[in-house]
Amino acid sequence: MKTTWKSLLKVGWSFILIAAMLFALTGCSLPDEKVVRIYNWGDYIDETVINQFEEETGYTVIDSLFETNEQMYTDIVNGGGKYDVLFPSDYMIERMISEDLLAEINFENVPNYSYIDDEYKNLSYDPENKYSIPYMWGTMGILYNTTMVSEPPTSWTALFDEQYDSSIFMLNSARDSIGITLMMLGYDLNSVDEAELEEAKQALIEQSDLVLGYMVDDYKGKMIAGEAALALAWQGDAVFCISENEDLAYVIPKEGSNIFVDALCIPKNCPNKEGAEAFINFLCRPDIAAKNAYYIGYSSPSTEAREVMETLDEESAGSGSDPIAYPDITQYELYFFSSLGDKNKIYDRIWNEVLNSQQS
Amino acid sequence: MELKRKPADDTRIKVGKKSGSVMTLPLIIWLVCFVLVPLLLIGWYGITVENPDGSMSVSFENFKRFADPIYLNPLLRSAKIATITTVVCIALGYPVAYILARSTAKWTNIVMMLILMPMWINFMLRIYSWASLLEGNGIINSLLVSLGFEKQQFMYTEGVVVLGTIYNFLPFMIMPIQNVLLKLDNSLLEAAADLGASPVRRFFKITLPYSVPGIISGVAMVFVPSVTTFVISQRLGGNKVPLIGNIIESQFGMAGDWNFGSTVSLIVMAIVLAFMFAINKTDRAEVNGRGLTL
Repeated sequence: MKTTWKSLLKVGWSFILIAAMLFALTGCSLPDEKVVRIYNWGDYIDETVINQFEEETGYTVIDSLFETNEQMYTDIVNGGGKYDVLFPSDYMIERMISEDLLAEINFENVPNYSYIDDEYKNLSYDPENKYSIPYMWGTMGILYNTTMVSEPPTSWTALFDEQYDSSIFMLNSARDSIGITLMMLGYDLNSVDEAELEEAKQALIEQSDLVLGYMVDDYKGKMIAGEAALALAWQGDAVFCISENEDLAYVIPKEGSNIFVDALCIPKNCPNKEGAEAFINFLCRPDIAAKNAYYIGYSSPSTEAREVMETLDEESAGSGSDPIAYPDITQYELYFFSSLGDKNKIYDRIWNEVLNSQQS
Repeated sequence: MELKRKPADDTRIKVGKKSGSVMTLPLIIWLVCFVLVPLLLIGWYGITVENPDGSMSVSFENFKRFADPIYLNPLLRSAKIATITTVVCIALGYPVAYILARSTAKWTNIVMMLILMPMWINFMLRIYSWASLLEGNGIINSLLVSLGFEKQQFMYTEGVVVLGTIYNFLPFMIMPIQNVLLKLDNSLLEAAADLGASPVRRFFKITLPYSVPGIISGVAMVFVPSVTTFVISQRLGGNKVPLIGNIIESQFGMAGDWNFGSTVSLIVMAIVLAFMFAINKTDRAEVNGRGLTL
C-alpha cells in the first residue's frame, strides 16, 4: 500500500508541475482584462512599440505569429487559440465577415481612426468599415535588376519574355502568380471563369521553362545577389531589396496590379475587447504608425504617419517620401483580391499543374 | 572443451509489474498526447471532406482525387529521388564505415568528427550554404569563371535536390554500418584466413553478410526522410521539382485543405510502413539465410 501511495503522489506532483508550466506558457495566470493577445505576421511590428504600449497602458501583450492568412483562419475557425487582435489581409477579412467571425469595432474607443486617410476607408472587403482598421498596404509588381534587362519592363509580359530565360523568379503562391497572369491577358484578377483560367494556366506552363525558381521569401536574398533579372515581388519586399542593392528597381505594370491592405480586426470570441481597441487605437497614433512603417518597410495608410516618418529619416528607402513605398495610386489600375470561397480548389489545382509541368 | 553462452535474459533488469506500469506512465501519456491523438486526427481528416456549410462528412473522395498525375508524379519523383539517394549513400557510406570500423589508425577519430560535426549545425543553415555554393553567382561558379570556364546552372534542378538529400542523410548510413562492423569478431576473419580464404572471399563471405543489419537500418534512416522531405526541394530545387512532401505542405499551408493534406499523408504513411515491413522481412531472411545469429 505504502509504495502505491508514494508513486501516486509522484504522479500527482508531476501533473501539478506540468499544469503549472502550461499556465506559465499560455499566460493564463493573468486575468483576461489585463492581457492583449495579438496574432500577427512574422516581423510585422516594431517590438519597441509593444513595450511602449505596455508601459503606457499597463496591459501585458502576448504575441503569436502566423505565416499565411489561411493558417490564421484555420486557427480561428478551429478555436485553436484565443486572440484579441488579428492582422488579416483584405480578402480574408471579407471571408471572415461573411462567416461571422469578426466583432464590430466600437469606434468611440478608437479616436485615432481619424488619422487614417479616406482612400483606405470603406474598402470593398469591408464596405461599411465596421470590422477593420487598415494597418499597412502595398502593391504587387516587378522587381528587376537594371543591369540585367535590355529595357526597363513596363508590362507583365516581361515575366513571360524568352530573352530572360532562366532569369525569372515567380512567387510560389497560386493567388498571386495566377492573378498577374490573368491581368496580363486582360482579365479580372479574381476571375473564376474556366476558359480564362485555362488560358492563364497555359501561359504559366509555357513560362515555367523560363522560370528559375518558385519561392516566397527566398527571392529577396537572391535578387539582392543578382541571381536573376526579374522577380514577381511585393512592394514592401522591393523597398527592402532596393535598399540593399542599388541596381534593383520596382515597377507596377501598365495592365494594373493587385493592391492589398492588412488590417486590424477583433475576433468575435476575443476575451478582452476593450484591450484590443486600446491596442488598435495605439497603433493608429501617427508617431507609432510611423515607427512601425519605418521598421517594416510596408506603406502606412496615414498621411500624418508619413509626415512623422520624414522627420525620422528623409533619405532612407521606405520613408514617407519614397516613390516606391508611396506611389500615386490614382495613376494605376489597382484591384483587391476578393474571397474565392470554394473556388480556391480550382486555383490550387492549376498551380499544382504548373509546378508539375517541368518533366525532368 | 565446451563453451557455454550465457542466456541473454540474465542481463535484463527485473522490473516488478506494478512499479513498471507507474514508470511507463509518463511515456504512455506522452505517446497518447503527441503520437496517438495526432495520428487519429490525421486519420479522421483523411477520410472526411468538408461540406460547404462547414460540417464534415465521411467520404473517400480525397483518395480518388489523389489518383491524378499532378499528385502521382510528385510521389513517383519522391520515390525515385529517395532510391537514388539510398543507393548512392550505400556506395559512398559503406567504404567509409568499413575503414572507420576496421582501421586502428588515430586519424579515424578525426574523420568521424568531420562526419558528425556538420550535424551540430542547423539543417536550414547547411541547406542555405549549399545554395550559396551553387548559385549563379555562387562560390563554385565564380571559381569556374575565374578559371575561364562557362557559368553552370546547378540550382533548381532534380540533380541538386538529390545532392541535398545525399549530403544530409549520408551520416545516417555510415553510423549504423560502422556500429555493426565494430562488433565483428576478428577471430572469424583470422580463422577464414587460416583456412585459406582470400581477402575478397573473406569480405563477401563474412564481413558483408555480417553488416547487412547495419545496411538495412541505414536504408531505413536514409530512405524514409528523403521520401518525405520538402524543405530541400523548396530551398535548393526552387519548387521546380515538386515532391510529395511539397504537396502535403501546400495543402496544409497555402491551399488550407487539411482534409486532402491528411489523405496524402495517410497514403505516404502507408507506403513508408509497407517499405519498413519489407526491409524488416529481408533483414531476417538475410541473416537467417546465412546462418548468422546476431
